[in-house]
This record gives sequence, structure tokens and C-alpha cells, in this order.
Amino acid sequence: MSITSATASELLAKMNAGEISSEEITAACLEQISRQDGAINAFLSVQQEAALASAREVDRKRQAGEPLGKLAGIPVALKDNICSNGVTTTCASRMLEEFTPPYDAHIVEQLKAADAILIGKTNLDEFAMGSSTENSAFKTTANPWNTAHAAGGSSGGSAAAVAAGFSPLSLGSDTGGSIRQPASFCGVVGMKPTYGRVSRYGLVAFASSLDQIGPFSRDVTDAALLLEVISGKDQRDTTSLEAPVPDYTANLNQPLENLKVGYIDNLHAEGLDEEVKAATLAALDVYKSLGAELIPVELPHAKYCVATYYIIAPSEASSNLARYDGVHYGYRAEQFEDMVDMYAASRGEAFGDEVKRRIMLGTYALSSGYYDAYYLKALKVRRLIRNDFEQAFQNVDIIATPVTPTPAFKIGELVDDPLAMYLADIFTTSANLSGIPGISIPAGMSQDRLPIGLQLLAPPLEEERLLRAARMFERETEWHQQRPA
Amino acid sequence: MSTQLTSDEVQKVAQLSRLKLSDQELEALGSQMGSVLKYIAMLDELDTSSIEPMAHAIEISNVFREDALHESLPREQALSNAPQTDGKYFLVPAIL
Repeated sequence: MSITSATASELLAKMNAGEISSEEITAACLEQISRQDGAINAFLSVQQEAALASAREVDRKRQAGEPLGKLAGIPVALKDNICSNGVTTTCASRMLEEFTPPYDAHIVEQLKAADAILIGKTNLDEFAMGSSTENSAFKTTANPWNTAHAAGGSSGGSAAAVAAGFSPLSLGSDTGGSIRQPASFCGVVGMKPTYGRVSRYGLVAFASSLDQIGPFSRDVTDAALLLEVISGKDQRDTTSLEAPVPDYTANLNQPLENLKVGYIDNLHAEGLDEEVKAATLAALDVYKSLGAELIPVELPHAKYCVATYYIIAPSEASSNLARYDGVHYGYRAEQFEDMVDMYAASRGEAFGDEVKRRIMLGTYALSSGYYDAYYLKALKVRRLIRNDFEQAFQNVDIIATPVTPTPAFKIGELVDDPLAMYLADIFTTSANLSGIPGISIPAGMSQDRLPIGLQLLAPPLEEERLLRAARMFERETEWHQQRPA
Repeated sequence: MSTQLTSDEVQKVAQLSRLKLSDQELEALGSQMGSVLKYIAMLDELDTSSIEPMAHAIEISNVFREDALHESLPREQALSNAPQTDGKYFLVPAIL
């Protein structure tokens, strides 16, 4: 078993059996990073010394028989929009290029309490706005399966890190599909929990009613493990839910009896790649062979999801990014005439094109005279979208869909066509708008060896059901065992 | 919903957004915004007159905490990323 392709659960078992140390695991990951990240560009920063020191400390505790957390000794990479105390957190933006948070995000505190090894901060589209990391101010992350293709986004770095053997686990954030899409492109598991399941305290806000942090892993068991560590109520995030956190791994291998799997009858999305369609249908057949009932579902407002999302998300972003004004932190311009000019110059110089585009769209949609026609309208359609799912889940337990219309596109292919990039979010935005959990699991491979994912969706707070359904599929297939060359 | 913005309108949005943009950027953004707004206009197909807006998908309300004093960020840490500071305050150009 190679360390850099093993799952976290396998590594934990080996450490507990005394066969390997955290220091060896961490060193192997760091070596893989130094050998291959030059070509992949998954990381913006690597905390080599701190990671090795943490690993040695965990090894010492293990030797001494001291109590250890659930992820003890396992490297975890963090998307660089998650605040880590004392470690630069850039959001892949010139605006925060030198920003060092004076506090840890809630999930970072949880990871530290679980004795995880924080190995590095990964690349993303600037402020999580994008689907390919091409909007990063610093670098574009390449797909480990074919470096001419995108790793996806906005959590491209975190997805690539797991796929390329740099870290067995990583965390990303998902606002319109930013975990699930790169997971699908990179052939790894990626999950967006129910809105409020995981605290957003310390996650740099993009769209507050849509953002959620979630796990990337090589298999469903690892995703369940990591999800459990990061879930739970946090007083500092008033949108976080009181609901207790179950043991997500406890019944994971128990198949769901009489499972009703919903599917979309006419996979109507224009531009749906034939191979993606075939992989989705093949996945449905796997569920059928396991005794599940396949039931077509109607999501009548599905076609409005992207439009709804691209009003709500930019509107919330325009408000959230108003704090970047050169006053308290972040980039301040050198030439300006007065205070307001300082704001405008600092923001104009430090924000990238996509960020500016979304701030402008959002400002317009919220402005006097347009607020009702755009923002309020979008919020009403949002309720209709949520109602569609409530209706559908009366008749089915989970819904299976493609994750993206195509496998990973080539780097440079969509970067000049913002609208085309937005339209690729057609299958993922609905979960953020309705707050429901969704997971992307490896489910196929294109002719030119690019991964294809399957998305599963469940009602709010049904992560256990979602994970068990995903595990049912995983046990029958081998897609999740494939690794890039 | 109108979908084509005049350059005055784009300029106004840029001002509201506190974004200093070049003429080139204004033009490019104006046209890109126009395309997106044209696509978004499909929401007009839906009759939502009897639908309540939903800002928050998992609807919870009145999340309170005890009005109890807690430690806050020490001043030094709060100022640690300041572009300009005298050690006590964030320094900014005079407003008046």
C-alpha cells in the first residue's frame, strides 16, 4: 500500500497497529508535493515544518498512550479561504495576499482537537468565485489526470491535492458546486453538507446563505469521518444548526433497504456530454441491481437554478466583499485623493475580473429600482426550487444526477466566456439554493481518461442516508480506487 | 427587466461598488453584465406574485446568546494586518 494513495482510514489502522508513524506519512505527502506540485499547483502555501512538528507530537502521544483525536496523525489540506491562525490566508486574491488571520476558523479548531496534521493551504478561484481556479490571482491548478485540463473550482486545489497523493484529506467550500464539481473532475469524493451543518465561522464569506465547508477524500468512509469531525453547532455562527452530530461511520456499510432513487427523466441539459449521460445511466443500473427502485422525479424549476443563483450569490458577495476597503486589513492603494478614492482604488487594483464582475452584478441587482425585479424575485424563485425538492423527497429517498455537463474542460477553454462557465453549474446550484446536502462520487471515466462523477442529493440533515447510499454504489464499483498515472 | 446597460449606468454601478475601473474595464463589464442579465431575465417567465421570498434555505429564527462578557481580540492582534497604524488606531486619510 503506497502511503500517498492510501485512504485516511487505512493510514489510521496502520498507525494504530504500530506499522507506520504520522511523521512518515506526513513526510511522504510533503515529498510528493515537492516532486509534483510544480506541475499541479494545488498549493498556495505548505506548512512543512509545522506539519512535521505536529506529526512528531502525535507520534509521541500515541507512544505514550495519551488520548488521541479521530484524525490523529492524518494530513489535511485547507482551501485558502479558511482562516488559519498565524498562517497566511489569501483567498487567492491580491487583496489578501499578505493577510494573516489572528484566529482559527471553527473547523480548524475542530481539526486541531482531532489531532489532524494541517499540511498546507490550497489554491482556489479568487474569493471562491469560479469553476476552474483560473480566477486565482496566483496560479491555475491543473487536473492530476491530465494537466492540460482544469482541476475544477473553486476548490480546485483541495480536490487536486487528494487526487494527486499530496494529502489523503482536504477541505473545500461549496457555494454553487465548488466542492462537488472539482471532486467530479478530479475523481475524488466531495461533499457539501446541509446548510448550517458545519460552522462558517472563519470561512471567508462569499455568499452567506449558500456557503458551506465540506470534505474531499478518496472514498466515502473517509468523507464520513472528516464530516463528523467538522460538523456541529457553533455559537459564533448563528446559522449553524443545533442538530446533534451522528456517528457518520457507524452504519455506513449497512445498505438502505427498499431504497427509492429519484432520477431526472429527460437529462435535458444542452451540452450534456454523451459519456456523462452514459455514466449516470450506468450508475442508476447499479442501484437497480442492488434492489433499489428507480423513480423519475420532476424538478420543474430546475432550469431556473443558474439564473437564480447568479442573482443571489453576486448580491450577497457584493455585500460581503464591501469590507475590503484598505482600512483594517488587505491591500491599500498607494495613490488616492481621499478616503472614498482610497476604497475605490484599492478595490480596483486588488480585485480580479471575475470578482469585479460579480460585485457589479450584485450591486446592480440590489440597487434601488432593481431590488424587487432581481433580488427579491430570485428569493421567491428560490422558495419554488426548495419546494420542488420537498415534493420530490415525498416520493424518493435520494436523487441521482450528473455533477457537471462535461468532464474537466481544458484550461483556457471557458475563461473568456463567463456565461458559459456559469451554465456549467446547472446540476449543482440547486442544492445550495435549497440547503440540501449533496455528494459527488467517482462513477466513470471518459474515453480520454478524465473522471466522471455521480451526484447524490438528500433532504436536509440526511447526511447519514446520503453517505450510506453513496457507499452502496462504491462497494459495487472500482472507480474510487483508480489513481492518476 | 432591462438588460442593456448604458455606460452611465455601468459607471454608476461602479461608483456604488466603490470600484475604480478603467474605460476598457467599464466597457467589458458593461457588455458582460448585459449578457448575464439577459440570461437572468428568464425568471420573468414565472408568476411569483403569491410566493414569499426565501433568503435562508433552512429556516431558523431568533438565535440568541447570553449577553455575557467575553474576551475579545487583543488590540495588537486586531491591528496586526493594518495597512497603516500608529499602534492604537487604524490610520486612514482625513474625511473632512
